[in-house]
Amino acid sequence: MKLDIKSENGAAIAVIKGEIDHHTAKSLREELDKFVITMQPETLAIDLGNITFMDSSGIGLIIGRYKLLKECGGRLEIRRPQPYIRRVLKLAGIDRIVKII
Amino acid sequence: MKVVNEIKFVMPSLSVNEAAARAAVSSFVIQADPTVEELADIRTAVSEAVTNCIVHGYRGTQGKIELTVKLMENREIYIKIKDNGCGIPDVKQAMEPLFTTAPEEERSGLGFSVMESFMDKLTVKSRKDKGTSVIMRKRLSVHGS
Repeated sequence: MKLDIKSENGAAIAVIKGEIDHHTAKSLREELDKFVITMQPETLAIDLGNITFMDSSGIGLIIGRYKLLKECGGRLEIRRPQPYIRRVLKLAGIDRIVKII
Repeated sequence: MKVVNEIKFVMPSLSVNEAAARAAVSSFVIQADPTVEELADIRTAVSEAVTNCIVHGYRGTQGKIELTVKLMENREIYIKIKDNGCGIPDVKQAMEPLFTTAPEEERSGLGFSVMESFMDKLTVKSRKDKGTSVIMRKRLSVHGS
């Protein structure tokens, strides 16, 4: 699992590569929270285009970051989820609270 | 229904083994030529069940997780994931969407919902202080080779 955070047209893009499960979610959570608290981005987009696996641990990760960004006055976006990850997101109702592009 | 092939393996309840369990089950199931979507469904359901053993069954402790995977004659995949952990006091409540006993770990409470949605059949048997068994079945489609 690898995380790169870059800036694009004023938004912070967190590009995650690899698999999101209970084992990898902890370090992702720590790195993303550190970035959000330090940089206070207006928008954080999590790019799932290079994710090869995600289970409900990814849902916990997304909901947690959604809440943190909201507290900090920012907003979360999800980008490029693969079709089966889209199904997991929909099952959790993420599509109702977060913009999925 | 006749069993065509079967594997069993036991692993310690280490979170790093979540990926190992998915990989092992995928490698076995692939002989039945599943679709990409069917394989993704099975991998996800296995990951949820194994994570439950680690996070809930053996919370704060370590034990063994036993996986049995069978390929049946009718192209049904049978998966049993068993732990000897603390058990689930109320299985019906645990299977309700969004119910979690580990919110501090950002568990979404969707593990059983994902298993139910992605597999055809889910059975959960649990006894307090004895452990939990999750049995999942999924019939693979017949598609052109």
